[in-house]
Order: sequence, then C-alpha cells, then structure tokens
Amino acid sequence: MADVRLDHVTKRFGDVAAIDNLSLDIADGELLVLLGPTGAGKSTTLRMVAGLERPDAGRVEIGGEDVSIEPPAVRDVAFVFQQYSLYPHLTVFDNLAFPLRSPARRLPEAEVRKRVQEVAALLHIESKLANKATRLSGGEMQRVAIGRALVRAPSIYLMDEPLSSLDAKLRAELRLELKRIQVELGATILYVTHDQIEAMTMASRIGVIAEGRLVQIGTPREIYEQPGNLYVATQLGTPPINLIPVGLLPAPQAPREARMIGARTEQLRIGAANGSANRAVLRRVEHLGDQNHLHLEIGDQKLTTLADPHSHWKAGDAVSLELVDPLYFNGAGVRIDAKEGKHA
Amino acid sequence: MAQIRVENLRKQFGGFTAVRDSTFTVDNGVFFVMLGPSGCGKTTTLRMIAGLELPSDGRILLDGDEVTFQRASRRDIAFVFQMFALYPHLNVRRNIAYPLRSQGVSRAETKVRVEETARLLRIEHLLSRSVSGLSGGDRQRVALGRAIVRRPKAFLMDEPLGALDAEFRRLMCGELRQLHDRIGATTVYVTHDQMEAMALADRIAIMNQGLVEQIGTPQEVYDQPASMFVADFIGSPPMSFLRFEGTVRRGESSVRIGDATVGVPELREEGGQGPLALGARPEHVTLADDGPIRGHVFGAEYLGTTQIVTLDTQHGQIKARLPASVNVRLGDNVGLKFHTGGLALFDAASGRALRSALHEAARHG
Repeated sequence: MADVRLDHVTKRFGDVAAIDNLSLDIADGELLVLLGPTGAGKSTTLRMVAGLERPDAGRVEIGGEDVSIEPPAVRDVAFVFQQYSLYPHLTVFDNLAFPLRSPARRLPEAEVRKRVQEVAALLHIESKLANKATRLSGGEMQRVAIGRALVRAPSIYLMDEPLSSLDAKLRAELRLELKRIQVELGATILYVTHDQIEAMTMASRIGVIAEGRLVQIGTPREIYEQPGNLYVATQLGTPPINLIPVGLLPAPQAPREARMIGARTEQLRIGAANGSANRAVLRRVEHLGDQNHLHLEIGDQKLTTLADPHSHWKAGDAVSLELVDPLYFNGAGVRIDAKEGKHA
Repeated sequence: MAQIRVENLRKQFGGFTAVRDSTFTVDNGVFFVMLGPSGCGKTTTLRMIAGLELPSDGRILLDGDEVTFQRASRRDIAFVFQMFALYPHLNVRRNIAYPLRSQGVSRAETKVRVEETARLLRIEHLLSRSVSGLSGGDRQRVALGRAIVRRPKAFLMDEPLGALDAEFRRLMCGELRQLHDRIGATTVYVTHDQMEAMALADRIAIMNQGLVEQIGTPQEVYDQPASMFVADFIGSPPMSFLRFEGTVRRGESSVRIGDATVGVPELREEGGQGPLALGARPEHVTLADDGPIRGHVFGAEYLGTTQIVTLDTQHGQIKARLPASVNVRLGDNVGLKFHTGGLALFDAASGRALRSALHEAARHG
C-alpha cells in the first residue's frame, strides 16, 4: 500500500475540462470516496490514477513517484469495474487466480492457491471455488470480481461504482463486507460512486466533486454536519436537507448576511399549531416503516421532515415549525456560522 | 370506479404453479400494491386481473360482476407497463388522445379530456412536443396520461418506475401517490421494491412462491409481520433474527435464548418446542452493558443522524439503529437490550409468526 497524490491535475476532452486543476491526497490505508453526479469527473479522476487517461497538466504520484505518463501495467493498481467482467469458461478459482498467473508477476502455484483461498474466505465464496463463473448469482459474481482485485496487494485499489449493478439488499450486504475487508487488510481504496449512502457508510473521507472540481473533502460527519456550501449540503441526507429562505421561519440566531437556511429533518421540530404564526400544512404522510416522512407546505415552500410512525399526524393537519440549530448560508451559497453567543 | 375481487385464483404453466390460491379484495379507491421477489406470481396475478392471462382456476370479479374469462378490452381497466410504450412519431397530445380516438370518442370530447388529463399530470406545456425529445420522467407522465385519459374503472401498473434511477423513482413515487389522491382510482400496482410499496400503498400484499403471505397497511406489515419472509422483505435494513432452540407457551412473556432471558410481548398461542427465531427491528435494539445478549461489533454505517451497527452474536447477526453520536469500534464486545413491545417471535421451521400481544397493540396515537 502507498500514498497516492494528484497534484493540480487537469484533463480536457476537446474544449471541455473534465477535470479542472484538481489536487487530492489519498493516505495509506484510507478508503476515499469520490461522490458526485454523472459527468462530475469522478471516473475520469479514477482512470488517471489507473493510467487509462493521461492528464493534460499536473502530476499523478503513487508512493512518492511520478507516474503521470506511465502505462497502467507498471502502476501497481487494481481496478474493479461496475460490470463484473469474469472469464465465463473458467471456474471461480481460476478467475481469482488469473491476475497471479499473469506472466508479468508469476507466483509459485502453492502461493497462488494460498492467496485465492484467503480471499475466498474473506468474501465468503469458499464453497463456490469449483463452480463455473457463469453459474453464480449477481452478488457472487461481483464478489469474485472484487476478489480478483484483492488477490493482489497493489499500492491502491480503484473501484468504479462496483456495487451499482446489484439489487438493494445485496448492495447493503457487500457495502458492509467491503468496508470490513478494507479495514482488515488496511487497504488503500479510491472509490467512485453517485450513491450518498455508500459514501457515508464506507468512506474514511468523502471528496465531493462537481464539474471537474473538488468542492469539499472531509470525513462523512464533517461533510454532513459542516458542509461548506449549499451544493455540498444537498449531497448528503435522506430526505434531502430543506432549504428555506431567511424570513419564512423565526431564526434568532441567523447572522445578518444569511440568505438561506438549511434544515435537516432533525433541525426542524414540528408541534401542534396552537394558533402559532409559523403554521404549515401537512400534505402527505409517507411510510418508511421505522419512520414516516411528513411532507409539509408553508406558503409556497415545500418541506420534508421525519416523525415516529406511531405519532398521530395525518394529512391536512396544521402544524407549527421551529428551527433547531440549522445551517446558514450567505447570498453566494457559502455556509456561515450562527450568531455568536449561544453557540460555540 | 371499482372494487376488484380475486377468489381462489390459481395459475399453472405446465408443471409450474405461478399462483397457488389467492383470495383478496381491493376496495374502491384503494391503492393496492403486490410486492415480492421476481417469480413470486405478482405479475401473473396482475395479468389475470387485466385479462391478459386466463386463470387455471378461481374467479375474478369487477364491481361484483364476474369477468374471469372476459376479454381484456371489455374489462374497462387501464394497464401501465414498465417501459414507456409511446408512439415515437406522434406528439404528446396525440399519444394521450390515442386510446380515445381508437374508441371512437368525438374530436371535441377528446380535446377536453386530453387537456384535463394533461392538467392533472402538470404536462400541459408539453402537449405539442414530440415524445422523442422528452426526459424519462415526462415520458412516464405521458404514458400515465394515456392510461388516465380513458377514465377506466381501475389502473393496473406493472413496475412502472422500474427503469428509473433511484432518485428519480422517489420523485415519481411522490407524484403517483399525489395523482392517486386527486383522482382516487382503484389501483393495483406490482413492484419488487419495498420502499416503493411502503411509500405508495394503502394496502400491501406480500407474495412469495405463488402465495400471498400477508395483506395489510404498510405499518401493519412492518410492525406485525406474519412470517419471517415478510419481516425480512420489509424494512431497510430488514428485521434481524436471533435463532434458538426452545419452548414457548401461551401466557409467557419471556424466552430463554441460551443462558439469557429476553422479554417479549405476551404469547397468545402454544409455541411448543423446536427451532424459534426472535425478530427485532433495528430501532428496537440498543446497546447496554447489562443487556441480556452480548455481541461483537461487525460494522458501523454512518447515516448522518443515525448509524446502523451490525453485531455478531452467538445466535446470528443483528442490526441496531443508534444515534450517530454513540461511539462504537469494530470488534467491541457489547451488551444488547431490546424494546420488548416491538419484538416478534417466529416458528423458525415454518417461518410463521407466533401470535402475541404484538398483534393486538393499538400502537397508534
């Protein structure tokens, strides 16, 4: 394993800067998730680390060495793609062993066997080793695809939406396993996704990326609790953060330059509307089982908050709303601190 | 509008029984969701209601009239398929108008109804646009429009949102439910996505291997699952199970799991001796040093306000939803406590839930 560094990297496709002067350090042993929508530049970033794309400006370093123009084969990286590309005519064992038997890094067969067994145990596919790769479920195939990266011990694992082709249940299972394996192996992983749940649950740090730029980088908690701007604030949280223009609800702690208030569900308290001035109407109650989403309207503003499923709220109710330590943003969308005094 | 009743419905394809013996009623104006994994028989049931498939046995009644072997076209039901089956060479207006024109509705009447439909779906501004240039959501709205414009007795929908990405599916889910609230048409909706079912349904039927395992409101199937299959299918993450051998009797309000005693809702039937499973939703599990069950932290997944902590115990893996502020480290040995009132007990051999006070609790208000 090793540190990986992108130093002021730019990549253009024609006139479009897919990556615009991006710098990023990935520490040894961390799982760094690049989170962003389609076209944000996250896959391009990954491909430059892999050597599948060459930067137009800037440097890519692995373990302190400049590899910007090195071909993929000499970079010592392992790539896991969204679509598992297994060899259908080979068994699971031979698929896993394949990277170890390549002429470039030929290992003694006993060593190959040992590594494959270890990885199969890690991924809970030991009983499938003799199966043909095509005789597996989708989840098992993706495990084998991940396993094929794990049999090697490269400087860094690069993963491009490796779970997105799986159904919700399997995704949840593999999310947990992949994180556990990463911690056990102390592996360095650069992981690309557009799924905020994957980012929040797996990342050591999240890099929020938009239009080829790194907008903010930090631990999931930092990104969730202290987003630098409105864009980042909307990237994490289910249901999404409520954005409320200043003036709609009382906000005594709002700094003078605040224009927009960001209130996550836990920052919006609802109560009975006993003639309160902050009256909202409950339009719809959405069941999730463990909680309900309450869809509210105050004036033209639509808001969503959570409630206990056994609470008495029903569509048509008038409710009062109160902000509890929300986030404040100025006219440029940059987050600013609450007024001095009550808060640290 | 309409009531749909299905009686002892069965469908055989050669040696394979797709639907075993379904009986249920969808009352007028109800949004009814059939939920289950692929191959559970939900789409076959829907197609029999539509008249696209004939049952091997049983009856289908529409407003009390038997329609079991009536042609699809005579049932006055509109079917919305998974893919947006639009005519690419026609504009939005003519796509929506198509079912009316083919029924011989007058030009003037068609115009009024198309515009009314477009208003309901908030796509009036798109009427003269070509469908080929539309976004996925707008195409889905046009497809819906084509179903609504006929003012059928009922809507049947087969995974209409299946092709959309997650975020967009959420949005369309909200729109579909709002549309239902506006027009109140009886709807039977098929999906394998439990979140979609929970968000949309007045009532959910959960199907497994050709059988309806449970019918109830979203909250009932979540709080009082009739089987381990239902408990595992509903919820994100689903219910966790602690498996153990034991004896439970009517009137008991605790179970012995290994050396531990765990309080449960009072049993209302004789459970007998054998393999049992204690089911716990993640929000009913907390960490407590003096908790009866011990486990090791296998993983912690941060979700902002809360986190899901997965724990390995001697009796199986269990998930707890805890405030994000609780500090847990991988490998920690911790005690687990349960909110007794929410726990379910199952006969692990058959998967059936044992009746207990859980099933009586008026948990609302």
